[in-house]
Amino acid sequence: MSQFTDFRDPVAARKVLGRIAELAANQPHRKFMEICGGHTHSIYRHGLEELLPENVELVHGPGCPVCVIPMGRIDDAIHIASQPNVIFCCFGDMLRVPGGKSNLLEARAKGADIRIVYSPMDVLSIAEREPNRDVVFLAVGFETTTPSTAVTILEASRRKLENYFVMSNHIRIIPAIKAILDSKDLQLDGFIGPGHVGTVIGNHPYAFVASEYQKPLVTAGFEPLDILESVMRLLEQKSSGRCEVENQYTRAVKDGGNPRAIDVIERVFEIRPHFEWRGLGSIAQSALKLRAEFASFDAELRYQVPGVKIADPKACQCGEVLRGAIRPWECKVFGTACTPETPIGTCMVSSEGACAAYYNYGRYNKAPRIPVRVG
Amino acid sequence: MCVGIPARVVTINQDKMFSAIVDVEGVRREANVALLDDPNDPLREGDWVLLHVGFAMSKLDEAEAKSTLEFIRSLGSVYDEEVDALRGQNSA
Repeated sequence: MSQFTDFRDPVAARKVLGRIAELAANQPHRKFMEICGGHTHSIYRHGLEELLPENVELVHGPGCPVCVIPMGRIDDAIHIASQPNVIFCCFGDMLRVPGGKSNLLEARAKGADIRIVYSPMDVLSIAEREPNRDVVFLAVGFETTTPSTAVTILEASRRKLENYFVMSNHIRIIPAIKAILDSKDLQLDGFIGPGHVGTVIGNHPYAFVASEYQKPLVTAGFEPLDILESVMRLLEQKSSGRCEVENQYTRAVKDGGNPRAIDVIERVFEIRPHFEWRGLGSIAQSALKLRAEFASFDAELRYQVPGVKIADPKACQCGEVLRGAIRPWECKVFGTACTPETPIGTCMVSSEGACAAYYNYGRYNKAPRIPVRVG
Repeated sequence: MCVGIPARVVTINQDKMFSAIVDVEGVRREANVALLDDPNDPLREGDWVLLHVGFAMSKLDEAEAKSTLEFIRSLGSVYDEEVDALRGQNSA
């Protein structure tokens, strides 16, 4: 249960910051990672890093699903979108994500029928309105978004739609956290857990972070005070030698998550053995594809996708940013060759990406507080 | 894209499965409420929900919904993008 009910109360904020300062004074340098892009955005927007003591550092993890899409998948998407008779639907922030040679915006300019949708359900309506066209949805997102795609596929099945297809890029948060914990160039002291993923999967799946890796994790809401309180709780755990998974965001996250949402994911999707993540490489069991029962809706079976793996551009350091090994502005091309208008890396594309957030809020022109530990 | 926006349930569509009309900042659209289908805790008109890509993800209490709304509004671009996306699709 959160200790503070007004999430913007300056008195409460001062109280939390006071407690953080007190706890941090007796501790070595602490490095906590927030995994969710929504948290990253909130931290920059409110300048929370500047309120924290010198020895408390926040690093920004791979929690923006747009940012971890590898270029080869975008090329596959462009390939499908460019087929005759296809209406290709995606969320707006996918348009500028760079592929190997081009992006969806450029494909649209060349004549592909690419439409921005707000909800997967809108794609169903388009499929019903256009029965003679193939309507393909580019599905992206962590467990927050996966149930909505699953419900839509179940609904397409119920309505017996034959012209509705999904290209699934749904990814799983737990294998990503494991990959971060196993990476050698990063030493973390704990995690701020993603709040909206928590509304679906709950808090139980994170137990291994504490039990196997001895790192505390506090699932947090998105108000500035939520995030500060979570930092305080992580420091409290460190100070008392505890290592637990806590839930600060009890007003939205139940420990068991949303059982209906978990159920529809399991009915519709199965785990892929491997999936490529931008900057992080191939991660075992980290993504979902449609079960055989729903194969008739699978865009990757309907169309032969090239499936070519493309290495990230040499100049781009998205991988190091996504692992929290460097700060966005420490990347060689940050703000020069790579900007939100002409992004080289995905972290600059989405407004939830660490680089775009830094760029937009101008909080990057300062020296690093501590050298990055490598190796 | 992972932004969840508090929305108030205006009408639950009786003639259509798992469908409700919700209100976000005066913008009304259809939302899918299949993920909150719980016979022990049925969704009612006037309830607040967390809306994500057109789906109600969890119930919120009213005070919390207003507080979250105020916060998301303060985020600027992310909130504007989300409401614009919602509004754009509504008129499409």
